[in-house]
Amino acid sequence: MIAAAAFYIFAAVLIASAVMVVTSRNPVHSVLFLILAFFNAAALFLLAGAEFLAMILVIVYVGAVAVLFLFVVMMLDVDFSALREGFQRYAPVGGAVGLVLFAELVFVFATWRFADDVGGLRLNPTPEGVDNTRAIGRILYTDHVWLFQLSGLILLVAMIGAIVLTLRGRPNSKRQDIAAQVARSGSVNLRQVRSGAGLGEIGIERPPVAAPETPKKVEHHGHGGGHH
Amino acid sequence: MEAFLATPVGILALTVAKAMALLVPLLIGVAYLTWAERKILGAMQMRRGPNVVGPFGLLQPFADALKMLMKETIIPSGASRALFLMAPMITFMLAMLAWAVIPVNDGWAIADINVGILYLFAISSLGVYGIIIAGWASNSKYAFLGALRSAAQMVSYEVSMGFVIVTVLLCVGSLNLTEIVRAQSTVWFIIPLFPMFVIMFISALAETNRAPFDLPEGESELVAGFFVEYSSMSFALFFLGEYANMILMSALITILFLGGWLPPMAIEPFTWIPGPVWFILKICFCLFVFVWVRATFPRYRYDQLMRLGWKVFLPFSLVWLVITAAALKLFGWLPAVG
Repeated sequence: MIAAAAFYIFAAVLIASAVMVVTSRNPVHSVLFLILAFFNAAALFLLAGAEFLAMILVIVYVGAVAVLFLFVVMMLDVDFSALREGFQRYAPVGGAVGLVLFAELVFVFATWRFADDVGGLRLNPTPEGVDNTRAIGRILYTDHVWLFQLSGLILLVAMIGAIVLTLRGRPNSKRQDIAAQVARSGSVNLRQVRSGAGLGEIGIERPPVAAPETPKKVEHHGHGGGHH
Repeated sequence: MEAFLATPVGILALTVAKAMALLVPLLIGVAYLTWAERKILGAMQMRRGPNVVGPFGLLQPFADALKMLMKETIIPSGASRALFLMAPMITFMLAMLAWAVIPVNDGWAIADINVGILYLFAISSLGVYGIIIAGWASNSKYAFLGALRSAAQMVSYEVSMGFVIVTVLLCVGSLNLTEIVRAQSTVWFIIPLFPMFVIMFISALAETNRAPFDLPEGESELVAGFFVEYSSMSFALFFLGEYANMILMSALITILFLGGWLPPMAIEPFTWIPGPVWFILKICFCLFVFVWVRATFPRYRYDQLMRLGWKVFLPFSLVWLVITAAALKLFGWLPAVG
């Protein structure tokens, strides 16, 4: 009963925040609603017993991807009134596209039925007595390790490609070469300084300042009745 | 009583009671961490630190808290009101939330879940939101710059922290925090994995925005960084969250490398002291080093901070991960996975 109630709460919040992602006027608020949607999806994973997927969803999407998203959106300089300007003109076209999509979805869902033995038809049912972290690990790293490595390589190539495309080695840019700095002879001097050395004299490295001369005694000539 | 505890209401009541038993000492610990930090810094800088309110200044944290409560909460004009108030709450809440899975002793965790370490990692990666939302919602250049710095910094150091955690997991064969501590009953992981311990500690400093990586605050150039516009209770929540996060990171380091509640050796005089005491002692040691580092090192420059994260820690931890995996495989030390 509690699990069902939790499911409906998380699912309702998920759909509501997904709607808010599209409809909210401020793009930063959109991204924040997107994050809320991710969270609720993670909670649904938890309810389904897929705790590993839930945590990975939070770590990867909420903890890293959405942060960068937020990062970029916050720095965008968007004029909101300009965004809403052509609404009236484009509304019929947009509405028509939306209607077609909606009709397609209706057709799909209307004819969709679960097979009778749906549990047995799954490719990799979780084995008995194994938690789902291990089950996923077995599939990824034992059964399909080469495919997994191959997809990793493809991602690596894409990453290197993106870096190569954006990296421009400008000849006059100033860079710090820390290894060269440290390797330079005599760049770092380690010196043992006597404890409490700074108290009596000004500057430990500089020679101590000469003691100020004692002011000369003003000689009183005994004028008598002088100014005091 | 037994029957009541089995009902949903009973489970809820028991969980709330457990949470209180953990969070109340934690908050008192946070209060006294601020006091201890000022005392230790004072001693290291040849001055006395707080010594006026109460004996040895022991009542200073409560005087500070009272002062914060009395102040006016100021919301800047042009700030995004709801988000502005939400940001400190997020920071504070996340700092508390993570404690749900920390095992204080064998079996003493509020929720002893299978993926405990992933949960901790997920919660700590969310900490950036409190900061970034605070910076954006304040509608101030200083706050925004602080938030941008912190977002980049926390995401960068999380990567090498992830590799450190994976290295430890290889040696344990489980994601459960209790199992991680039990696996260290022969030797603490700080001994075979010492370089990883160092990387973990420095990453923890960066993750909690502590000196020498406190660039998001950077008082010399950003006034106070992301929380420059905050006052009163909202400021206090940020402050509490930061210190609770320090304690949390110390607890994580203790669990991963310093053997959690285990005594240094399982022999007579050490085993008389109960596990939670060892756990707290180890956390206190880590916290002392946090403060020690703050008193010792000057602040990093921003590009050097990024260089350290991406060009030093990331390759090093990746190579060490491969070395550890190879060694475990070659010598047949891989843990048995059920």
